Amino acid sequence: MTNDSRSVVEIRGGSLRYGDRTLWETLDLSVAPGEFLAVLGPNGVGKTSLLRVLLGLTKLSEGVVEVLGQPPRRGSSAVGYIPQQRAFDSGLPLRGRDLVALGLDGHRWGLRRASSVRRSLVGSMITTVRAESYADKPLGLLSGGERQRLRVAQALVSDPAILLCDEPLLSLDLGYQRAIVTLLDTRRADRRTGVIFVTHEINPILPVVDRVLYLAPDSWAVGTPDRVLTTETLSRLYGTPVDVLRVRGRIIVVGAPDEPDSALGSAGHAHEHDPFRTGS
Amino acid sequence: MSFSELLGQHFIHTALLAGVVIAVVSGAVGFFVVVRGMSFAVHAVSELGFTGAAAALVLGANPITGLLVGSLAVGAILGVLTVGGRERDAAIGSFLAFGLGVGVFLLSMYKGYATQATSLLFGSIVGVSDAQLELLVIVAIVVLVSLCLMYRPLLFASVDPEGAEARGVSLRLVSVLLLLLVALTTAEAIQVVGVLLVLTLVITPAAAATRLTARPALALLMSIGIALIATEGGILLSLLKPYPTSSFISGISFTIYVAARIGGRASGGRRWGKSVRASRSGVRPRCNEGFPSANA
Repeated sequence: MTNDSRSVVEIRGGSLRYGDRTLWETLDLSVAPGEFLAVLGPNGVGKTSLLRVLLGLTKLSEGVVEVLGQPPRRGSSAVGYIPQQRAFDSGLPLRGRDLVALGLDGHRWGLRRASSVRRSLVGSMITTVRAESYADKPLGLLSGGERQRLRVAQALVSDPAILLCDEPLLSLDLGYQRAIVTLLDTRRADRRTGVIFVTHEINPILPVVDRVLYLAPDSWAVGTPDRVLTTETLSRLYGTPVDVLRVRGRIIVVGAPDEPDSALGSAGHAHEHDPFRTGS
Repeated sequence: MSFSELLGQHFIHTALLAGVVIAVVSGAVGFFVVVRGMSFAVHAVSELGFTGAAAALVLGANPITGLLVGSLAVGAILGVLTVGGRERDAAIGSFLAFGLGVGVFLLSMYKGYATQATSLLFGSIVGVSDAQLELLVIVAIVVLVSLCLMYRPLLFASVDPEGAEARGVSLRLVSVLLLLLVALTTAEAIQVVGVLLVLTLVITPAAAATRLTARPALALLMSIGIALIATEGGILLSLLKPYPTSSFISGISFTIYVAARIGGRASGGRRWGKSVRASRSGVRPRCNEGFPSANA
């Protein structure tokens, strides 16, 4: 990479509003090649919307956004995307291999010429994510973890300079979480791909994260996990006392105000999983 | 006339040719309809095509033209309503019911031969004229060429709308274009099997094919093959026995569908059923909302 110093994503004074509802304001963000940025925050603060802005699907209300030095362009091959997990219908006539291939040229109109280059590109990407054993099975019959590996392959097969991930670890067990994080970490180290990773949970990715963008309902902060995920910063962001504990290399946040419009609904508030929540 | 004598007749040749054209188009378009789960939209397009045909009859125009205009108009509306392949059930149902009411009203105004209306409802392949066959072929070429051109974005948007949108595929454009193709296809299929049995050519073969293979292109070809077997088989059987062609066609395509369900890949995949259900049991939260916190 010759222009290693140039950022892959640049937002200056970015604001996003839907009607009279403001998601975030005057956001300044710059992501370097090979950087791993985690985007944290409660539901409804515009984490997914930020990804949509970078994909060129949503326009900023104010400010400037640049992806690789250009305004975001819909369908750019330089941007890979891993959408939120979704199960596929078990009768869907599609194999993992087909899903990956669609990431390469599924957006193109016109007839496709049978090409060995295409086939070997798809095949080597499947090997990279170690999905050979189930790449030819119907997609609807795969487990969540297997599906996510193929999603990673689909997002990377167009050789993007930026990878946008929307909660890719959701509902995966620990082993699969680790496998996916390792894949992404390897990729950004080998190819200097910038990774923007929207998540509810910092702990599975804590070892690989360079910086954190924390979006709170009324403000935001960006910096290393050590600087942003502190009692001080989060209390300031939420405008209410919040405690950040570090226990055995994990980060636990206690007392952040609940978001009533949680997308996960009541299932998202698994009190029994979190001893710190009881009595609050 | 005996079977072999009938086979020598020109109108039978025309019918068999029309059957090939219609089966190829229905099987191909039907594949995408099944993948996107739009059976109900197809039903609506065909019944509202009937309304268009009834209007044409009352106005003294060619009912086939009315059929095409009616189903294209409805196809465009539904294409906008069903973006992303997810049916807006109630909206389609409401359109369908109203349009059919209008069709019934128009038919009550029609003082001509009722056979024309009946053949629209139940189909009459042996009545296809040379001019009609020509129109069938032209429409079929339009549909097939369009499908070839939009195959990849259409497949992408149908199986993985989030991924397709991120890659720049316009879900709305693809949805509207497909519904227009569906409209042209049902207008073709109605002439063989009639309004009431369009699904037997547009849905059943594709539903059977997706039970047999998980390869998208192969499933599409198998869908065409099954539609061909049903249509041609149905026409030939109706020469042997004096029962309606559309009954034979729907009987054959349904038999293939049932066989595919019993012997197809889905039953072979049953041993995977458990893991599917586990992964579908919903989101397993590991922390509270807004908590960049600990795992359980």
